[in-house]
Amino acid sequence: MPTSVSLDVNGRAVTIEVDDPGIPLLYALRDNLELKGPRFGCGLGQCGACAVLSDGELVLSCETPLTKVTNRKIVTLEGLGSPEQPSPVQQAFIDEQAAQCGFCLNGMIMRATVLLAKTKNPTVPQIKKALADNLCRCGTHLRIVRAVQRAARNA
Amino acid sequence: MLDFVSTRRGILKTGGALVVTFALAAKPYFALAQGSAPKKTVASDEVDGFLSIDTDGQVTVYSGKVDLGTGLRTALTQIAAEELDLPLDRVKLVQGDTELTPDQGPTWASLSIQICGMRIRQAAATARKALTEIAAARFGMSAAELRIENGMIIGNGRSASYAELVGGTALSLKIDNNAPMKDPRTYKIVGKSVTRLDIPEKATGRFSYMHDFRVAGMLHGRVVRPLAIGARLESVDESSLNGVPGLVKVVREGNFLGVVATTEWGAIQAARKLKATWSKWEALPERTRLWQHVRTTKIESDAVTANVGDAAKALNDVPKRIAATYDFAIQTHGSIGPSCSVVEINDGRLTCWSASQATHRLKRQLAAMMNLPLDNVRCLYIEGSGCYGRNGHEDAAGDAAILSRAVGGRPVRVQWMRADEHGWDPKGPPILADLRAGVDDEGKVIVWESEFFVPKGGLGPVPLVAATLAEVSATPITEPYRFSNPNYMTSNTAISYTFPNVKTVAHLLAETPFRWSWIRSPARLQNTFANESFVDELAALVGADPLDFRLSHLNDPRGAELLRRLAILAHWEKRPSPLSPAQSDVMVGRGVSYAKDFPSPTYVGAVAEVEVDRRNGDIRVQRFFLAHDCGQIINPDGVKNQIEGNIIQTVSRTLKEEILFDRSAVTSLHWATYPILTFPEVPDVIIDLIDRPTEKASGAGEAATLVVPSAISNAVFDALGLRLRSVPFTPAKVLAAIEGH
Repeated sequence: MPTSVSLDVNGRAVTIEVDDPGIPLLYALRDNLELKGPRFGCGLGQCGACAVLSDGELVLSCETPLTKVTNRKIVTLEGLGSPEQPSPVQQAFIDEQAAQCGFCLNGMIMRATVLLAKTKNPTVPQIKKALADNLCRCGTHLRIVRAVQRAARNA
Repeated sequence: MLDFVSTRRGILKTGGALVVTFALAAKPYFALAQGSAPKKTVASDEVDGFLSIDTDGQVTVYSGKVDLGTGLRTALTQIAAEELDLPLDRVKLVQGDTELTPDQGPTWASLSIQICGMRIRQAAATARKALTEIAAARFGMSAAELRIENGMIIGNGRSASYAELVGGTALSLKIDNNAPMKDPRTYKIVGKSVTRLDIPEKATGRFSYMHDFRVAGMLHGRVVRPLAIGARLESVDESSLNGVPGLVKVVREGNFLGVVATTEWGAIQAARKLKATWSKWEALPERTRLWQHVRTTKIESDAVTANVGDAAKALNDVPKRIAATYDFAIQTHGSIGPSCSVVEINDGRLTCWSASQATHRLKRQLAAMMNLPLDNVRCLYIEGSGCYGRNGHEDAAGDAAILSRAVGGRPVRVQWMRADEHGWDPKGPPILADLRAGVDDEGKVIVWESEFFVPKGGLGPVPLVAATLAEVSATPITEPYRFSNPNYMTSNTAISYTFPNVKTVAHLLAETPFRWSWIRSPARLQNTFANESFVDELAALVGADPLDFRLSHLNDPRGAELLRRLAILAHWEKRPSPLSPAQSDVMVGRGVSYAKDFPSPTYVGAVAEVEVDRRNGDIRVQRFFLAHDCGQIINPDGVKNQIEGNIIQTVSRTLKEEILFDRSAVTSLHWATYPILTFPEVPDVIIDLIDRPTEKASGAGEAATLVVPSAISNAVFDALGLRLRSVPFTPAKVLAAIEGH
């Protein structure tokens, strides 16, 4: 039986219909709300591509049941900014040309956003440690670290 | 040219506007492509194959090669805009649509600039010449009196835009290989670090990847793979799916098994819950005996790639000789986003959206597998997660085709799960090499001899998993695109150095344990690892500085210049390796490597600086220096991005990567069992880009992979005095080498 679930996503109250309230948040965001920021990478919490913010904390949406976030404020990559008005972290990634395929970028930008909210001027080892659970296969790591440094400088 | 002017009016409108509609709208593709407007040509000898100019002066470039996340879209746009003297935003790019773009072969071997980019440049130069001649006729002037600025042809008070001259009409011109091209010294766009066109959308979630593509009425499919690669499907218990919401169908064809549901989560649950029994199959080699297996695999034929003097006799006669065996593990592509495709079938016409690096080839395979006329299949490229060779995209398309047909042609989206990707993408094959060399009493190298064990064949179409499981043929009737070298895996087995006696042979093996394909620098990477590590062994044998040793045997001025620049870049200190006997727990070392790539004649040289922890066997690559000469550079920052990426990915492959398997199937099905390099382990990369604006542009970035494993191996030797000859260089292998010493 389809169930209605209310969510707060990117500052909007939305109601979606799902067959299974235990569905991982990722599929609700991508398939019901047609958001493209959070991405499916592994479904196992190993790569970070699906990251979103839940009340300002990073959660991996591929393994977070919808029921756990119904009373939280969810923010996706789209909620941070747009090509016209990117967030400071997004702008830093653009300025540093910190992407190849860009598939991992959602997780990188989400993780960097959380890091910089808590640590104003992170060192390079701190940045690398914060991103240690985010995988990038194209090898864009050095540019991503520089982007986080730039975002910290511009904050 | 008069002929051109008089006939162009009669030609159909195939301008950019129509094409953009294709790219953005969900439907109806065939109505637009094959309805009232006749087809746009995809002929690769026609200017119209590659370019159109619409009534607003917007130029659309049609590229058979596709941007796999490398920035190619930006670079090709730069090339066309430069040659046509247009601002970048007046040029759009359509990639990999079999109805619209010429077949330029798969996007591989970093040849897209070298081949596709140069073809587009030639097409643009032809168009430029024709446009100038049309303007000259219209103005009553000679072409020499005219100049081009911003898409306007100007001369003596008169001017006309491209759109005014030919907008919205086909040019109907053969590409003129002698059409004059712009002098590189006048370039304003090529050679500049133009920022990537795609990054703002990628950084903000607006970019649509293949995985984001949706069509109306679309269903979701998932595949259920056998537990063993060659197992037969014995039974399926559909009642195991009772109560799974949204289930549309369980699809079984031969040993192919899949599910279709109305929602993605429904399809995932159905695939997980479906009970099926499979026969046993245990025909893979024992993993611990992989190299014996490779060594004893039937050799189909031998390819002699170099033969100078009499190596066998010389090896017998020399007073001092060394021998070593190198091996390189089976690896996986490991795209961060698993393969994905959407297929629909309407009135016997199949449309496939895919992140395939080879949509024309995929079209031929799908037509064969689905038993459809070639003209009834269209494949459209949409960028996916990074692609480093032929991975699973084509297979996901094959899966989607079978599932779509089973539900009456309704559009079905198949996205592989992580285990499908790690378990079933085609693998980089295991490669083994035996090397021997000898020196005389003065330390002069007399002989070099090598044997490589590589799979036979070139880079033909890889069988589709769905076709193999469903037991139908997906072998195309024709396959026009083959590499000039039919035995591609012999690439870079010959060496760059001049010795009096050299014989290099590749044993072409009849088979290899897994379905295989190309992953970044196939065989060139593995073969160069063996050669450049063994050259280092020779340098150590004669007590020479390893960089000097290479220089003294290199008869290639461009390569020599690169090595000299590398020495400056890396502050190379002249001395033989190893540095000194191990004294502390953590030892440091440096290693050099050099290669000239094939078929893209790009030169690369590298110095790796490593730390090795003798207590736990950990290797850390601290800094990696790379000198890179790819001739003319289109986009310096784009090239640097590619070099950094190729180096980091190959450090990962060198230190960590190896698929695990039992006698039935791959067992490393996720990132915990197939780990890749993480942020804290990534080296700094320092690059010297050698720009040669007046030389031909050759492939950029991928060549950098070639020198990574050997530079690291040689650096570990410098640090410990021990040779690592088996990739990956895991801590266990390092500890075993230390203990065995």
